[in-house]
Amino acid sequence: MIYKKTVSCNKVNLKALREFVLDILRQHRLSDSEANLIVVAVDEVCSNLMIHSHACNPKQEIEVHVIRKKNGFEFVIYDNGEIFNIAEYTVPNMEELIKFKRTGGIGLILVKKIMDSIRVEKKGGRNICRLFKNIAFQNA
Amino acid sequence: MEVKTFDENGYHIIAVYGDVDASSSLQLDNVLQEAVDNQKQKILVDCTHLEYISSPGIGVFTSRLEDCEKGLIRIALYGMNENTLKVFKILGLDQLELMPIVDTKEEAKSRINDLQEDR
Repeated sequence: MIYKKTVSCNKVNLKALREFVLDILRQHRLSDSEANLIVVAVDEVCSNLMIHSHACNPKQEIEVHVIRKKNGFEFVIYDNGEIFNIAEYTVPNMEELIKFKRTGGIGLILVKKIMDSIRVEKKGGRNICRLFKNIAFQNA
Repeated sequence: MEVKTFDENGYHIIAVYGDVDASSSLQLDNVLQEAVDNQKQKILVDCTHLEYISSPGIGVFTSRLEDCEKGLIRIALYGMNENTLKVFKILGLDQLELMPIVDTKEEAKSRINDLQEDR
């Protein structure tokens, strides 16, 4: 099953994206606690794209697909901005971020800790970020 | 997101309502900065009505840790729901002595005063 949502690159749309993802995860009976963390990771990637790849240009869009697989959820995020390969980015540790008052890397730490795999590719002129979260579905 | 502030017996309370994300964190940052500028030294952040937080919101607090270390301000957060607390826990920020995260306002006051005495 695939669920799709497209939003313009305006940060106020992040809440609608979160609600879209949370609603799907609840439909598939994930606990609130597990669902919330997944929502955080998707939110971090989408806000990162909106801000850094699209300079919050509301004329540009990102598209999010949520795919329920046998062993978990795949979140596929499409955009046409400047590619940022989160999978290859070396995440600093929290102590360094605090010491240098950097806030930029915190989101990437969260994504890498929450998601089980992250892949970024360019295909057909579009950037594709694939996040996968393993889930042990009760009725799989 | 909405933020309400008030003073209560020597403590400056910042009550956060709703979601703190990339679109709203600047507002919270401004409120915290205003408290620092006004030399509010004992700051309690009421997270009872905080429904969601992502990295920009967390960064609002971590970027103040140096000020806490220098003793310029004391900040404690209290009343976080389980989901929000879990985000802090993943980052290992739930055990910071300089910026305690506790359940109740009374605990927050107590921890802030302990920090004060340690100086």
